[in-house]
Amino acid sequence: MKPFLTLAHVIDAISDFFAVLAKWSVMLCVFISAINAVIRYTLSYSSNAWIEIQWYLFAACVMLGAAQVLRVNEHVRVDVIYGTLSSKKRIWIDIFGLVFFLLPAMSFFAYLAWPMFWGMYESGEISGNTGGLIRWPVVLMLPLGFALVVLQGVAELIKRIGWLTGNYEMDLTYERPLQ
Amino acid sequence: MSMQTFAPLMFLGLIVIMLIGFPVAFSLSALGLISAAIAIFMGWFPVSFMYNLPLNIFSILSNDLLLAIPFFTLMGAVLEKCGLAEDMLDSMGQLFGPIRGGLGYSVILVGFILGAITGTVAGQVIAMAMISLPVMMRYGYNMRYATGVLAASGTITQLVPPSLVLVVMADQLGRSVGDMYKGAWGPSILQVLIFVLYTFILSRVKPAYLPGIPKEERTLNGWALWKKCLRGIIPSAILIVAVLGSMGGLPGMDTAIATPTEAGAMGAVGAILLAAFHRRLNWDIIKNGVTGTMRITAMVVFILIGSRVFSLVFQGVDGAIWIEHMLSNLPGGQIGFLIVVNIFVFFLAFFLDFFEIAFIILPMLAPVANKLGIDMIWFGVLLCVNMQTSFMHPPFGFALFYLRGAADSIYKAGSLPQKVLSKDIYLGSIPFVLLQLILVVIVIFFPQTVTVFVEKQQTVDVNSVKIEVPDQEADSDQEANEQNNTEQLMKNFK
Repeated sequence: MKPFLTLAHVIDAISDFFAVLAKWSVMLCVFISAINAVIRYTLSYSSNAWIEIQWYLFAACVMLGAAQVLRVNEHVRVDVIYGTLSSKKRIWIDIFGLVFFLLPAMSFFAYLAWPMFWGMYESGEISGNTGGLIRWPVVLMLPLGFALVVLQGVAELIKRIGWLTGNYEMDLTYERPLQ
Repeated sequence: MSMQTFAPLMFLGLIVIMLIGFPVAFSLSALGLISAAIAIFMGWFPVSFMYNLPLNIFSILSNDLLLAIPFFTLMGAVLEKCGLAEDMLDSMGQLFGPIRGGLGYSVILVGFILGAITGTVAGQVIAMAMISLPVMMRYGYNMRYATGVLAASGTITQLVPPSLVLVVMADQLGRSVGDMYKGAWGPSILQVLIFVLYTFILSRVKPAYLPGIPKEERTLNGWALWKKCLRGIIPSAILIVAVLGSMGGLPGMDTAIATPTEAGAMGAVGAILLAAFHRRLNWDIIKNGVTGTMRITAMVVFILIGSRVFSLVFQGVDGAIWIEHMLSNLPGGQIGFLIVVNIFVFFLAFFLDFFEIAFIILPMLAPVANKLGIDMIWFGVLLCVNMQTSFMHPPFGFALFYLRGAADSIYKAGSLPQKVLSKDIYLGSIPFVLLQLILVVIVIFFPQTVTVFVEKQQTVDVNSVKIEVPDQEADSDQEANEQNNTEQLMKNFK
């Protein structure tokens, strides 16, 4: 079990690393968007590149952050039944969900998204807007993000099996995300 | 199996899969993919459906409107942490305190103002309970009234613009965020009035429940007190008015000079400046703010991805027709439909969060409502008023849960004379749930409460506010380009 748990912690660290990027892309995006707006009204100037970078950063925020959200258990659940169950039953539900829902669905998304990225990368396609940005970096976010979620899913699976076999302690409380 | 029976089966699967309790985003994606696989196997869909999925997901990420989610979330997160709630409650409490029921009025009013500024029910309930509950208890307020008014005033934030729910709904209903916001002002103000009226009546019928506070207890008086009140309210009010005004989200504003996204970004920067102005800006606020914002955004968009996959398949197997068939033959036309839908959503809200309702249920109901000639803004705002109650019903209500937590920690800190019982919180919430339901009924029978603030269709076009600047043409060109681009993408991909 030990090497598996080490692997899980390595994955945690990877997710956290990408989450840092995701976090700061929010901040960067806010500033870029605000400056864009100011410049547009004061100087009547706008640039497609700077407009596109906003949703590039948004895509980065979502896709690179999702894995960490999974790690901290903040993807929203319907807890009407889940909330009343014992830790052991919750673990089994999570294992079931990871094996049958998360891992297959997210792997499949990553698999479907990869050729889309690869096509763009090879053709070096640039946005159709004048002065727009090159497309592949933002399309890369799709396969990368889904792959990160799959990795994190594996880590969560390992931790839960570790818990069942008594090798790992984890906090199973689920709080609904703030709204 | 025929296609006609498949849509109901998918719906059943949806309910089962959600009740299991695994994160909705992933269960939905999986359900959507399995259903798509079956549909392809049965020959209802071409195989290319699967290959187009990444494009669909990509179109969610490149949706300019959804950018408003992180911006408004960050704005709220920063303002929430800079002590505005505390300042306002303290000063307003002192101002209104001596009147019978005064602390109640101040909580309702501050709840409304904070609702416009921040935007999370949880944060608001906790902040208000921390400040007001001990004061209310000390002066002998009725426990059930106190907990009820605190929880209810915390939920106002869902409805008062700029609310996250309304952005999401605007996206789902294909209307502009500005119009959605305008429509929401009427019911939110009405709600405040209803709460105030209830407090007033209660203070006349049962004066002992909401006593006035002796004037000697004020720490500030006269001008100093007014100054503190205004200092808490005015800067944030200016920020909100500027943000909402620029995107056309205030009643009486015909033209938007900024897109919701730009307004949100300016709002977030403004919030940071405002925090600095109150000398409360620090590194933690920023860091926690962006962390929370990133997590909420990623979570919301992942549900959106899952529900997009699900609804593409659901629509593909004529699920929309099935739903329409069930709902459009109800007696009573528009009103009959609205009553049934509201009862349905009221009960769904017992165990679903607004995300699930807005992303999964709303797209199923909206086409039927549209066919019945129901104004989409009215429909959206109405459901939003309805979903507010979900925070309030015992025992699952989210606001009650947070109030419970806050009350316990205040008791432990020693500032409450007695422990707050769950029973009091539950019973206290009931009158306010009823008041909110009265509001639902009012909005159903008087659509004017919503529509009076929204101009007729002229300025509305799908999803985006037209920008009144010289480069308007360039903008629409850009949109057209964007479209071409997606087509290009498709071609490339095939």
